[in-house]
Amino acid sequence: MASRIVMSKLSPTMEEGRVLKWVKQEGDPVESGDVVVEVETDKATMEVEAMGSGVLRKILVQEDATVPTGTTLGVVAAEDEDISAILEESRAVAPATVQATASVQGPATMEPSAPVVPSAAPSPAGDGGRLKASPLAKRMADERGIRLEALRGTGPGGRIIKRDIEAAASAGVPAAAATAPVIDYDIPYERVELSQLRKAIARNLIQSLGPIPHFFLTREIDMGEVLKLRGELNESLAESGAKIGVNDIIVKTAAQALSEHPDVNVSFAGDHIRRFTRVDVGIAVAVRDGLITPVLRDAASKGLRQISAESRELIARARNRKLAPEDYQGATFTISNLGMYGIDEFTAVINPPAATILAVGATQEKPVVVDGAVAIRPRMRVTLSCDHRAVDGAMGAEFLATFAEMLENPLRMVL
Amino acid sequence: MAVITYRDALNQALREEMRRDPDIFLMGEEVGAYQGAYKVSRGLLEEFGEWRVRDMPIAELGFTGLGVGAAMVGLRPIVEYMTWSFALLAIDGIVNSAAKMRYMSGSQFKMPITFRGPSGAANQLAATHSQALDSWYAHVPGLKVVAPATARDAKGLLKSAIRDDDPVVFLEGELLYGSKDDVPEDEDFTLPLGVSEIKRPGRDVTVVVHSRPLHSALAAADTLEREDGISVEVIDPRTLRPMDIDTVLDSVRKTNRCVIVEEGWPVCGIGAQIVDDIQREAFDYLDAPIARVTGADAPHPYAANLEQLHFPQADLIVKAIRQVCYRD
Amino acid sequence: MATKITQSDELLGLDRGALIEMLRWMVLGRRFEERAGEMYQVGEIGGFCHLYIGQEAVAVGALTPLRGDDYVITAYRDHVHGLVRGMDPGAIMAELFGRVDGSSKGKGGSMHLFDAATNFMGGHAIVGGHLPIAVGIGYAIRYRDTDQVCVCFLGDSVANIGAFNEALNMAALFRLPVIFIIENNQYGMGTAVHRAAAIENLADRACAYSGMQGWTIDGMEVLEVRRTVEMAVERARTHKLPSLIEAKTYRFVGHSMSDPNYGHYRTKEEVHQFKAHDDPIKGYIETLRAHGMIKESELSDIEAEVKKIVDDSVEFAKRSPVPQADDLYDDIYSGEYPDAKRRDPWR
Repeated sequence: MASRIVMSKLSPTMEEGRVLKWVKQEGDPVESGDVVVEVETDKATMEVEAMGSGVLRKILVQEDATVPTGTTLGVVAAEDEDISAILEESRAVAPATVQATASVQGPATMEPSAPVVPSAAPSPAGDGGRLKASPLAKRMADERGIRLEALRGTGPGGRIIKRDIEAAASAGVPAAAATAPVIDYDIPYERVELSQLRKAIARNLIQSLGPIPHFFLTREIDMGEVLKLRGELNESLAESGAKIGVNDIIVKTAAQALSEHPDVNVSFAGDHIRRFTRVDVGIAVAVRDGLITPVLRDAASKGLRQISAESRELIARARNRKLAPEDYQGATFTISNLGMYGIDEFTAVINPPAATILAVGATQEKPVVVDGAVAIRPRMRVTLSCDHRAVDGAMGAEFLATFAEMLENPLRMVL
Repeated sequence: MAVITYRDALNQALREEMRRDPDIFLMGEEVGAYQGAYKVSRGLLEEFGEWRVRDMPIAELGFTGLGVGAAMVGLRPIVEYMTWSFALLAIDGIVNSAAKMRYMSGSQFKMPITFRGPSGAANQLAATHSQALDSWYAHVPGLKVVAPATARDAKGLLKSAIRDDDPVVFLEGELLYGSKDDVPEDEDFTLPLGVSEIKRPGRDVTVVVHSRPLHSALAAADTLEREDGISVEVIDPRTLRPMDIDTVLDSVRKTNRCVIVEEGWPVCGIGAQIVDDIQREAFDYLDAPIARVTGADAPHPYAANLEQLHFPQADLIVKAIRQVCYRD
Repeated sequence: MATKITQSDELLGLDRGALIEMLRWMVLGRRFEERAGEMYQVGEIGGFCHLYIGQEAVAVGALTPLRGDDYVITAYRDHVHGLVRGMDPGAIMAELFGRVDGSSKGKGGSMHLFDAATNFMGGHAIVGGHLPIAVGIGYAIRYRDTDQVCVCFLGDSVANIGAFNEALNMAALFRLPVIFIIENNQYGMGTAVHRAAAIENLADRACAYSGMQGWTIDGMEVLEVRRTVEMAVERARTHKLPSLIEAKTYRFVGHSMSDPNYGHYRTKEEVHQFKAHDDPIKGYIETLRAHGMIKESELSDIEAEVKKIVDDSVEFAKRSPVPQADDLYDDIYSGEYPDAKRRDPWR
């Protein structure tokens, strides 16, 4: 019984994937459950297992090629089985958009500029690859920053209609990629293909600073007490081998402060605001070719030790590209820390569906006035970016005040 | 207010207007001695005399032109056709003369004339007597076209049509003459031309319908409310030219879906024009293709069962609404 | 039975001034039409343009006895009827040119001249379409109980259309003061009358309508036309009775500008015969001369005066601007017409 190896849809936002490596080669025996090929999705590297046993008879998509989800990558079948029908069918539906992602040297001058669009992929809503959506659905998707290609239409013939957009809006489907035209300057350049992750970042963030009206609140916080606390905690934990980082304390403090300011733990959803009843903190992690924000669920109810352990594990998996979609989607708040790069302060772009993100700078020794005298204190500057549709200045400032007060008086957290 | 028939509402309108303005006169086949083929002009000959209530020979082209000439020199004729199907013999007078006199004379002559009579099917009158040619007249710049569905609208709109300085084609529903409604008795009661009325407010789907099928649409709306929980907004444009499309557009922007119902044939029908207006001005608000329920695209049959099949009946409207609501 | 009137040898008791005035109108009609033809050939006038040359005695004989408050309506060969009715020649020429100072602001053209000020109720271009309108005007006269009359000119081909019967029947039935004047110029476009009508004298059809008098007359004799119309007007004004006059005439030019003066349907000899021996203007001048009613100098004075009027009309038309784009949607309804622009965003 022949079986296909398929570019599966591994996350709700995934529309195409790239073949990284064929673990098995044509002619290799394959058992059901064997890893046959590794593919790169928009957020992670996944191993694709065989659904049947036999021999990897045919590889249809070569390494480094990007194909739409649903594309047959290869065929596993018995050695003497006739697979011509499957091959025929695969060829018939083989999308014309298969492209290599190898880096290409661009000429100094190019043909007339073309808009940069993500390679077209047949939508589940389309017949023959054409996306069908009602005019209203298109407008709503545009206003809410929802990518139609990511949706499955429930109207006749798969037409995406109003109710599909409403459902998607509640589920937090991300938005379309940047499609602004590229202006060609007469400057030599090297063309670097977008990784799936880079495409996802572009798609996700274009709907941020564009449609989301940002404002920023900056505050400097004295970190002396936190550093002291961390030292004491790590001393007491020394035997267990566990280690609490400053970032863990920041995560815990932010979660605690958010639970005291639920109006900041929100998402703007078009015709309503969602005030989340759980604090899920996203932690921005720099990886090889981008960044990803694994989510620490229900951070407010977890102790520092647990937070520390979980975030360590999440960060490790993020760096190894082993995060599942549920690990990195749907933070209610995000912390981005560039302190380790010596950044004093910066502003971060909101990561939807959250309405806020906290940009954390480096903790540095600074002269400050304490009790009427100049003292040298470890100071950290943080900037909160807020979606003004959902969060107002005073609300954000009050949250930051609580956050700062907790860091400066860590014992308050215990209360 | 009094509950009276559509027929009597028209009679009231004629009588009140003729009493108000001595330049108004009524003419047509059987309007006088016979008291009107459908008794709309009952009693008018007795009150106003033969110069103001004039029985005409069966000569539609001739008496239509007579009305046009009288209007050119300042009278306000009301031309009654026994049915609009007979007015086919007079279409040169309506389309070539009445509709264009103002334009061709550079506004030297106005054309305060009302052409009225029963339109659409009756009971088993077959192909030549059962036509709803609304769109023929609505096609013509220079004409105004009115098609009331209720006694109240019939009275208020006929009075406005008679007072209007432009030629008005006034399409009465042959099967509506006996229908009853609350009608203001006030002589000053008029309804403006070119204003739609929301006959039933709703949230989920807009139905645009004029003349007799209004009542089928309202019945369909009841059914859908009860059986499907679909809230139907029913709009009667009442004036087909110039049509108050803004009321329709506002509704469609709210409901995102639309069904258009008419008794006439589908090709180049009134609904086709409304579809155009909606797609042009509310394209981004549509969540489903607009559906149309029309008379069958066939001549009107005699056999009673076939005739019923020809109409845009309530059950067809229900199906269309379910389809645009993605409920089928 | 229709009454046949023979050659008029009297001057109807008209004084010299009135007689010369009629000549003046005929000459104006002739010269205006000649100039209109010329303007058509140089491209100033477009569309259909039907000239009246050869038929002047009918319009002049019929219109000069009318009162200013009477009504006149005609078909599409209407320039001279408008002129004689008193329309401004400049407004007519500007209308032919398609200019804003035309009688219908350039929207009607040659076939649709109107002038409310002189009760000139139009040139109407659908054959037969205006007969019922004339009846309606007659109906309004009776309705208001005044002693006006309505004169309705029609071509010979109209006698065969249904509206002819419908209109004449109603005029007789309701006793309306309408005078129908058939200008029988021998051809309905290119179809000879005897090839279209199953009757020799079209006015004989009057016998089908009680109270309607019919006359078939020589339409090349302006005085005969006038005398007959005076009788018909008297019947209409006093007795509210309609009449049907058939004036036999001839057009010296083609049906319209696209039709040569002679061709397949009529011979060059026939046209020349009429022009040489039956020109209504030449004939009338002979009559006036025979009665010593005109001096030769007056003839040249008339020509000079008429030439100036026609020259001025052309100058006026040339100076008048063409209509503006916005005028396209004016004059359609009594009020605003916003829908038009709404459905026409690009024009």
